[in-house]
Amino acid sequence: MSVHRGRIWVISDNKGNLIENIDTDQIFHNAFLHITELSQMGQYALGNLEGWKDFSKKARSGDVLMVGRNFGAGSSRQQAVDCFISLKIGLILAPSFGAIYFRNALNSGFPVLKSPALEEMVRDRKLETGDEIEVDFHKGKGLSLSKGFSFQVEAMSTVQYDIFKAGNLFNYGKTILKD
Amino acid sequence: MKGKKLGKTIIEKIIQGHTKDDAAPGKIVWMDLDVRSARDFGGPNVVKNYEREYSDLPLADSKKTFFTFDLCVPASSLKYADAQQLCRDFAQKHNVKVFDVNKGIGSHVLIEEGLAGANSTVVGTDSHLNILGAVGCFGQGMGDVDITFAFRAGKTWFEVPETIKILLKGHFSYSATAKDLTLKVLKELGTRSAALKAVEFYGDAVQDLSLAGRITLCSMVTEMAGVIGFIPEYGDSFREEINGISKTKFNPFSADADSSYAEVIEINVEGLTPQVAVPFSPDNVRDVSELKGTKIQSGFIGSCTNGRTEDLALAARVLKQKKVKTDVMLKIVPSTAMVYRELLEQGILQDLFRAGAIISNPGCGGCADGHIGLTGEGEVQISTGNRNFEGKQGKGKTYLASPAVVAASCVLGEIASPEDL
Repeated sequence: MSVHRGRIWVISDNKGNLIENIDTDQIFHNAFLHITELSQMGQYALGNLEGWKDFSKKARSGDVLMVGRNFGAGSSRQQAVDCFISLKIGLILAPSFGAIYFRNALNSGFPVLKSPALEEMVRDRKLETGDEIEVDFHKGKGLSLSKGFSFQVEAMSTVQYDIFKAGNLFNYGKTILKD
Repeated sequence: MKGKKLGKTIIEKIIQGHTKDDAAPGKIVWMDLDVRSARDFGGPNVVKNYEREYSDLPLADSKKTFFTFDLCVPASSLKYADAQQLCRDFAQKHNVKVFDVNKGIGSHVLIEEGLAGANSTVVGTDSHLNILGAVGCFGQGMGDVDITFAFRAGKTWFEVPETIKILLKGHFSYSATAKDLTLKVLKELGTRSAALKAVEFYGDAVQDLSLAGRITLCSMVTEMAGVIGFIPEYGDSFREEINGISKTKFNPFSADADSSYAEVIEINVEGLTPQVAVPFSPDNVRDVSELKGTKIQSGFIGSCTNGRTEDLALAARVLKQKKVKTDVMLKIVPSTAMVYRELLEQGILQDLFRAGAIISNPGCGGCADGHIGLTGEGEVQISTGNRNFEGKQGKGKTYLASPAVVAASCVLGEIASPEDL
């Protein structure tokens, strides 16, 4: 359960660099905030991000996103996480995440992992859209199955892993709320 | 350092006061929450989550739980009317106080109501809730799953952040304002240096800031990707101001002399001039002189960053004996009902109206799906808000500036400094 295997999408600009500071309005625009049905959210994922507006049509269940630093900056909207859960995205890797976004993902039991080496590996074309990778959340290890090398990701913290295993914060919280 | 226990920064002290765990940077602790709140944005999801997960189980403490409606007030669409009523019904069932559509921006209302005291912990569904750092309170915006849990549990998990120290050296005077100082800091830090950290601001440039100025600076720590900002230097006039509002004596923590900082950054703001953030990023900041002549169609003065009485009084001073250009819309949204009353009593609303401004009731205004301040395709707006991300307020472009620069720009129909009038 703590290992995920999937095809990657490198969310990059037209020069091939990871797009930094992607904010929640680019991930899930405020015009659709009234939507509360998870199944309806996927279609708007990255819907306001230049070059990636058709992402939801291309994504497949289990795909892995690689994004630039400070991913999920901006508002506190949970839909910016839920839209990827809706598309059954397997996990998101970034050099760093916005603080609220990281919490929101973690609390929903959606795997988000930091990988400081990501920028360099994308720049050197070691990781490219379409590659197959495998990531161990617990050990903090990435493996490119397409190109046969391993790379470091930060392992989940104890709290993150516990919430992930429980499914979400609500399930995890049931043990906490007893005392 | 061997065996020696280092002193604590402000965030470490506040968190330590709310947990049994060791509040050291990098540690995840269970933190008690003094106030948990939800807005009309996020609030309906909190209600739905709560009813699904906990059905009729009680809140941890209804007296510490609040709703604050500010995003779309009064509702201008059916979906927000439904959303607000859903929250009201839940509030009534659980005996929770609602600061309703007449009250204004929740974070400001919490300060005015004395609910965000120094050294306390407050969470809500507003990503700018770290504004509360302006009064020494650890405010934190969170998503609806977090807030649902906080309603039920009265506590949350939190990773104690590291702290950076920012020394703002030098003095500045009008026409530069707290907003220009804030934009200057954003220009220097971008979204990297303060990312996921707490910030303590020191120096001559901050110690005399009023509540409004402190709110401006602390609000945009969010745009610096920081967790919270504190300004631990307080002049007498600020103490007087905050004691007049807060129900308890203002006695905020200061950092220990031997506390440990992840980084110390000095920024020289001597002789600061008005600054403008250019689309599409709040840290894409230039001097106003570089942008003079850029045509605008609309101006917005308000938001949680610049919607206080002092901000609007400054705009009124710039607009005195002047008129907003005929083909320009100047939209003004006071942050709270208290601000609105002060503006009425001081004759400022009349001055703004005479100058040709459109004045709305208190609230958030132009951010997100707000009730005023959206832009059409091709429109160029200059705003005192805090975000100008592409597409956020509509298809137009948004520049960010101080109330003085926005007012001056609306008179001339192009980006300008008050001195250009």
